[in-house]
Amino acid sequence: MGELISASNLQKSFGSLRAVHGVNLRVNAGEVVGFLGPNGAGKTTTMRILTGFLDPNDGVVLLNGISIAEDPIGARRTFGYLPEGAPAYPDMTVREYLHFIARARGMPRRDIATAVEGVATRVHLRGVLDQVIETLSKGFKRRVGIAQAIIHDPPILIMDEPTDGLDPNQKHEVRELIRTMGSTKAIVLSTHILEEVEAVCTRAIVIANGRVVFDGTPSEFEAKAPSSVTRNRMDHVFRVMTGSGVEAST
Amino acid sequence: MIASGAMSPWRTILRREFRSYFATPLAAVFLVVFLFSSGIFAFSLGGLYERGQADLRSFFQFVPWLYLFLAPAISMRLWAEERRLGTIEILTTLPVPIWHAVVGKFLAAWLFSILALALTAPLWITVSWLGDPDQGAIIAGYIAAALVAGIFLAIGGFVSAITKNQVIAFIVAIVACFLVLLSGFPLVLNFFRGWMGSGAIDAIASVSVLTHFNSLMRGVIELRDLVYFASGIVGALVATALVVDWRKSA
Repeated sequence: MGELISASNLQKSFGSLRAVHGVNLRVNAGEVVGFLGPNGAGKTTTMRILTGFLDPNDGVVLLNGISIAEDPIGARRTFGYLPEGAPAYPDMTVREYLHFIARARGMPRRDIATAVEGVATRVHLRGVLDQVIETLSKGFKRRVGIAQAIIHDPPILIMDEPTDGLDPNQKHEVRELIRTMGSTKAIVLSTHILEEVEAVCTRAIVIANGRVVFDGTPSEFEAKAPSSVTRNRMDHVFRVMTGSGVEAST
Repeated sequence: MIASGAMSPWRTILRREFRSYFATPLAAVFLVVFLFSSGIFAFSLGGLYERGQADLRSFFQFVPWLYLFLAPAISMRLWAEERRLGTIEILTTLPVPIWHAVVGKFLAAWLFSILALALTAPLWITVSWLGDPDQGAIIAGYIAAALVAGIFLAIGGFVSAITKNQVIAFIVAIVACFLVLLSGFPLVLNFFRGWMGSGAIDAIASVSVLTHFNSLMRGVIELRDLVYFASGIVGALVATALVVDWRKSA
């Protein structure tokens, strides 16, 4: 299966702060990559560079072979994106919003109603389709964000904390959805939850201080823990790789 | 390239924006304030009746002053709101060229202010019924008023693109529009006269909205004036697109 995401040597500084420092990333179709890292490690910045929302100081991003810098519109057609916090227009109904996204993505008008119904079924939004977004609970808003990211069935999915704010049942549903889509798409998601990586990801990438400190399967990640550690082994590895001494001891 | 049957992106954005005015009480408040105050100005201050002439000069002469406050009230949210909500991250990662978003938003705001203007038609009808006004002058007056709204909204949209604070966007836009409105008048010119050459002073004087507005109001639609408004609007929109693209993540 082809390489859908290719990012080489990404660099990004904000003033004197080096947010992303030489990140490389290759993701093939059929892979679900989990981005792990403490807050402020550079996960969101990296995802924003992948989607072209931020311009890197250096480095190249190719999405399905298209350069985001040279052909931004062509590259943006290849992915769906759930930004941090799942922003949406609060004064629109879910249906109006999804129609707007589908239209802006150039979907033929006759296909839009079907696509909206289909995606609403997949992420369990049917009951709130005609509700105004600002009246929705956090979990529903997150699902609206996921719906707008997958409505056009893109080959690439980039999701910043897709399960944040969901209750355990909703988390389970979203993970199932991601796992299903992961068989054919290239998916990158970020999370704080280590068990999530185990549950849905085929690969884990750990970022700390803007650098990739681990890239491998979740089981390889867990195997890094010494055999003396018997409980929360992933947490242990994560703390050793990313944490300062203070954080590791708390 | 847009799939057949798809709406071009600027129209999609125009539609969403235009509807959003009516999703909140903003539209109603704006229209009521506009109609009420234009009526008061025309009758009380302008002496529409007392002048005993069947024309709308007493109405039109206050329109630039009304728009000075009301256009920034519309334009302040254009981009600042997208930044505050975070939806700018969705908008700028959709496969839509930035100028489509800029033009779509501007046209929505402009159409809305033209709608407000159109609702003053009863004045026109009354005057035409009571007397025999110079219809050409009235049409020229409406065109001039619409152009003033356009240039103020384009300037206000630019200001809105540089901040996420709508109050700042509102106040700075009023100041900017005020300077452009009166740049041909001693109040503004004297400020620059101390430290600028006469060539620069003439250049500043020639960008006065009021000068061109009054020229159109005489009932003669001159190319010079149309070029002035068109280039002012286009210039502000280009600047907006550059700022949005440059500071989209700011």
